Amino acid sequence: MHLLEPRPHPSRVMRWTAPLIAVVATLLAGSFLFWALGKPVLDSFQVFFVQPLESSYGWSELLIKACPLILIAQGLAVGFKARIYNIGAEGQLIVGALAGGGVAIAMEGSDAGWIVPAMVVAGAIGGALWGAIPALLKTRFNAEETLTTLMLSYVASLILSYMVNGPWRDPEGMNFPQSIMFSDGALFSILLEGSRVNTSIWITVFAVLAFWIFNAKSFLHFQIEVGGLAPAASHYAGFSAKQTVWFCLLTSGMTAGIAGVGEIAGPVGQLNLNISPGYGFAAIIVAYLGRLHALGIVLAGFLMALIYLGGEAAQVGLQMPAAITGIFQGMLLFFLLGSDVFIDNRLRRMA
Amino acid sequence: MTTPVPRLELLHVTKRYPTIVANDDVSLSVLPGEIHAVLGENGAGKSTLMKVIYGAVKADSGTMMLDGHEVSIANPAQARRLGIGMVFQHFSLFETLTVAENIALVLDEPFNLPALASRVKEVSEHYGLPLDPNRMVHSLSVGERQRVEIVRCLLQKPKLLILDEPTSVLTPQAVIKLFETLRQLASEGVSILYISHKLHEIQSLCDHATILRNGRVTGKAVPREETPASLARMMIGRELPVCEAPIYEGEHRPVLTVRGLSLLPTSQFGTELKDISLTVNTGEILGIAGISGNGQAELLSALSGEAATERDVIRLNGKSIGHLDAGERRAKGIVYVPEERLGRGAVPPLSLGHNALLTAHRQGMKNWGLVRYGKARIYADECVNRFDVRGADASTNARALSGGNLQKFIVGREIMLKPEVMIVAQPTWGVDVGASAVLRQALIDLSRTGVAILVVSEELEELFEIADRIAVLAQGRLSPARPRGELNAEKVGLQMAGLFDHAETTPAASMMETKHASA
Repeated sequence: MHLLEPRPHPSRVMRWTAPLIAVVATLLAGSFLFWALGKPVLDSFQVFFVQPLESSYGWSELLIKACPLILIAQGLAVGFKARIYNIGAEGQLIVGALAGGGVAIAMEGSDAGWIVPAMVVAGAIGGALWGAIPALLKTRFNAEETLTTLMLSYVASLILSYMVNGPWRDPEGMNFPQSIMFSDGALFSILLEGSRVNTSIWITVFAVLAFWIFNAKSFLHFQIEVGGLAPAASHYAGFSAKQTVWFCLLTSGMTAGIAGVGEIAGPVGQLNLNISPGYGFAAIIVAYLGRLHALGIVLAGFLMALIYLGGEAAQVGLQMPAAITGIFQGMLLFFLLGSDVFIDNRLRRMA
Repeated sequence: MTTPVPRLELLHVTKRYPTIVANDDVSLSVLPGEIHAVLGENGAGKSTLMKVIYGAVKADSGTMMLDGHEVSIANPAQARRLGIGMVFQHFSLFETLTVAENIALVLDEPFNLPALASRVKEVSEHYGLPLDPNRMVHSLSVGERQRVEIVRCLLQKPKLLILDEPTSVLTPQAVIKLFETLRQLASEGVSILYISHKLHEIQSLCDHATILRNGRVTGKAVPREETPASLARMMIGRELPVCEAPIYEGEHRPVLTVRGLSLLPTSQFGTELKDISLTVNTGEILGIAGISGNGQAELLSALSGEAATERDVIRLNGKSIGHLDAGERRAKGIVYVPEERLGRGAVPPLSLGHNALLTAHRQGMKNWGLVRYGKARIYADECVNRFDVRGADASTNARALSGGNLQKFIVGREIMLKPEVMIVAQPTWGVDVGASAVLRQALIDLSRTGVAILVVSEELEELFEIADRIAVLAQGRLSPARPRGELNAEKVGLQMAGLFDHAETTPAASMMETKHASA
């Protein structure tokens, strides 16, 4: 019989090596998968991980996908440190997009300079509001936020579906569930000619710096960290657990909401049912893969973006199903959590 | 005359751990019917040695002989089959099961519950440890729970019984009763290994003593022929430090007052506080005696602000503070050292610098919401130096400190906050004799600067050493505080059993049967 026994001093080096181990293990398991599906393993890797980066357009697409992931993951990571598991960033992203999209639709045809900033603010408020519901339920009724945030994602996507099928449906959209295409005044301006990279990346850059400083220096972050590491000590020191719940859920809701606006006022350019390919969920993996550290999340965000691009390339180039992206994301999280188990514990053989 | 074969003989037992040698060439021998003390400070290697005997830990070298035959014990089940029983310091009982069910769970053979219940009754009465086998464990007092553990061992007819610090949870009267039982067992030929650091207990109970220090045997003695001072010298290698309590000459006025505090427990097995009133004055230490589980945790959380209380029930310098939370009370100068150090008083995976920040952040360690970590490190380093926290600095993780050193850090951290009121739970629990003296002296010195201190402790000797007045908390009620000079262990012991000054005429022996936690 075997038993997991906690290690007295989990290694810090291993803690940061774990994401690399997880990546390598994912690649190995991925090779097996390609082989089992009857695809040439090396060629498959070439298509999945190299091809997307062979052109400058590929790199720009990588940036477009990485930005929302990094932005959302920064907000989530703060909560995860306090053991507040917001797994409904997808819903907060959608509500943020709805709020921002509402501004764009209301201002149709105008090219006033304040429209995009107003959309960002609306998106932040919308996302925060969607995070406030689980915060209220947790602080008032002690409802598990893991469940409420997840369930509210489904509510959010149904609201989105209602809006684009009903009130906000494009009258000239041939009955497709989508809003009008936003006018230029409601879109971030393009940064690099010939690509879709737009000024919303500055929001992500700013967020990375802000969270980096916040995590390293702020007293509020210290309180949040203590709340996650030793709830009794936090209680003993007189730190407010409710304040932490509110702060974490509002912050992560806000970053997700802003990311939602980044999509609709960026690459998507309208409200439709596909405004996010699961960024809110993938960002959970990004946060953990980046070890909840502001800079680690940046690296993890690019890796996750590559998996998105590789997944798309694999669908086109290898005729693989769309689920390939999800499989790679899942394997990555699985191997990362598995590595963490053995960093915190060691296997002991029982007599 | 032939020398009798020892019941247990250890020869040159050595057990090394990666960082320390827990037992270094330890030999000892116990005759049948002998009560043998293993005396030593925390960390001297007593527990490791007992675990070696009980098969829970395997020694690196050395031999163990039982009744003259060499044995090698692989696990506790085998030890029990060989007739070795052990009563641990911390009980392992299921609160939601009955006494008989709890005992049945650890028997290594098949059982029949009604038959077992009657055997439990029979054995417990034979040894003067009355137990009702059908009662639920959660309704038992701590002393009664210990009886369950002892009876559980006795049912297996042990030849050798090991008791690890058995009296730390008992009232003085219950200690006397336990000793009677142990003597009866010894007279029936059972050998007893008695682990303790309490000198007077060992002197009154034990025939022989083996003294350990830093994993080595530093002496063998007949305790009755020694003085506490000579035993202490063998145990800690120098004279037993004595605390000095000078007379407080400053102004006397009440600082912390509690009037009519009643509080329902938050957990199912908690204790309800009933109409508690107390006053702590400037320059004094008020001791709260009593055994944990009688409302100690509830009283402490009500005072510290971790539990919500009514506004006017608790006052600081006449101002109501009952409605304030823990952080707000700290801001007003009330500091608190909790019983649970790792995980409550300190965050295990964080450094001492960060742990200083935990409660000392009001000492200029923040600037516009940002932390000045340099200041926190300086505070932690000063605390480490002033309170002699060994082998640590501001960057050491709290988890890496021994219990005693961590306690020195936490007490020091709170003292350096320059409080008006200091609340301390079990100040020297698990702390070695030398460090205990340092901590006790630090508390006395602090009180003599005019600080009002409230100490909750299970150790009566400690309260008699440092407290100016002592009250007893039993079954959620607090006795009136009385000057230390008017009290003795026996009086306090009776109060611990829940009997305050008002009349009770039952004889002392049956008083301890009162169920401390039957509520």
